[in-house]
Amino acid sequence: MTRIEMTVDGARVSDDVEPRMLLVHYLREKLGKTGTLVGCDTSNCGACTVHLDGHSVKSCNVLAVQAAGHEVTTIEGLAQGGDLHPVQEAFHDCHALQCGYCTPGMIMQSVDLLNDNPHPTEEEVRLGLEGNLCRCTGYHNIVKAVLQAAGGASS
Amino acid sequence: MIPAQFEYLAPTTVEEALSALAQHGDDAKIMAGGQSLLPVMRMRLNAPDYVIDLGGIDSLRGIREEGDTIVVGAMTRHVDVGNDPLLAEHAALISRAVVHLADPQVRHRGTFGGALAHADPAGDLGGPALALGAQFVVTGPGGSRTVAADDFFEDLFTTAVGDDEILTEVRIPKHTGWGAHYEKFVRVAHQWSIVAVGATVRMDGGTIAEARIGLTNMGSTPLRARAVEDALVGQPATEDAVGEAAQSAAEGTNPPSDLNGDADYRRHLATVLTRRAVLAAAQP
Repeated sequence: MTRIEMTVDGARVSDDVEPRMLLVHYLREKLGKTGTLVGCDTSNCGACTVHLDGHSVKSCNVLAVQAAGHEVTTIEGLAQGGDLHPVQEAFHDCHALQCGYCTPGMIMQSVDLLNDNPHPTEEEVRLGLEGNLCRCTGYHNIVKAVLQAAGGASS
Repeated sequence: MIPAQFEYLAPTTVEEALSALAQHGDDAKIMAGGQSLLPVMRMRLNAPDYVIDLGGIDSLRGIREEGDTIVVGAMTRHVDVGNDPLLAEHAALISRAVVHLADPQVRHRGTFGGALAHADPAGDLGGPALALGAQFVVTGPGGSRTVAADDFFEDLFTTAVGDDEILTEVRIPKHTGWGAHYEKFVRVAHQWSIVAVGATVRMDGGTIAEARIGLTNMGSTPLRARAVEDALVGQPATEDAVGEAAQSAAEGTNPPSDLNGDADYRRHLATVLTRRAVLAAAQP
């Protein structure tokens, strides 16, 4: 077992974990943060996307021990004081989900995308979400939601 | 799926990493960004007893200028390679290629040296590194040595890095003012290349003075399309002239056949993508 300490959604946590424990399993099984989902488990689909020190990563492809000493933000840490994050709000407004399974990862990646590029074109949004799969193929409204969150479409 | 049990070692210096490697030898695996290693371990295709994580070695990160060379630390993440102004100015082919590698999440974790040392023939950095004549600095118990790009890639997933060595930096000769383009052919945006072509050219007026072309996934290692490079010299950057030169893009290659396409299809792709890449690279 290896002792790890990190910040998750603003709270300090520490645990003894096996080095082989993936970050996504640590979040879900140790911390109960089941908002982050395991989709493909092969680092393709992006459903498990969280932020590590402010940048999106696939948490099924990071060991919990690699996140030690760092700051993790999950979908559960986005809303502040009961108010949805603007990207969450936009996903709601635009009905940017069908089954909802890809949604936490889509939202985390969209927040990362808008942090880097606050006013993306539609093409930049589609490219920026290339690592997130929606098996309902509901991409159209997802892209609309990201553009809305960016404060109106630029094309 | 979770990896088999292993012991996790987190050295903070290259010397510590080398001594861990010397101690555990074949039972150990080096982890850079882990974006290729972890999936392999989760599928139990590899089950090392020890994982040596280079993530805590700060000296392996960063990009600097040294005379006629841009030096990229092996643990520099893809996202930082893609955003780097020195590379954009002096080795644009790297900048153009790295943004096509996998997806944003993987580029936040994956590293330049890790991807090159992994040496997947469908990886997007080997061809450009070869085309630019990169030099690979490999460090072992006896110190560092430099390996030329032509000698670095030996076979499928096999490089000149020895069992007791670590790739520590990649030195890229400046190609200031050269145009560059990376043309990648895939079915799904973030996947491995079916075939890709990286081209960088030095123009003299409307004429191609020099060209370097690296092929991705046209054999067990990245390859140079030398016949095309030679044929392009002195040619105008027109569709006809470049298209004619690009006909020999598959010369000397040995592409794989798989569900994405057979070897003949890939040979055809190489000629088409080479024409597109060179024409785009030659744009003023």
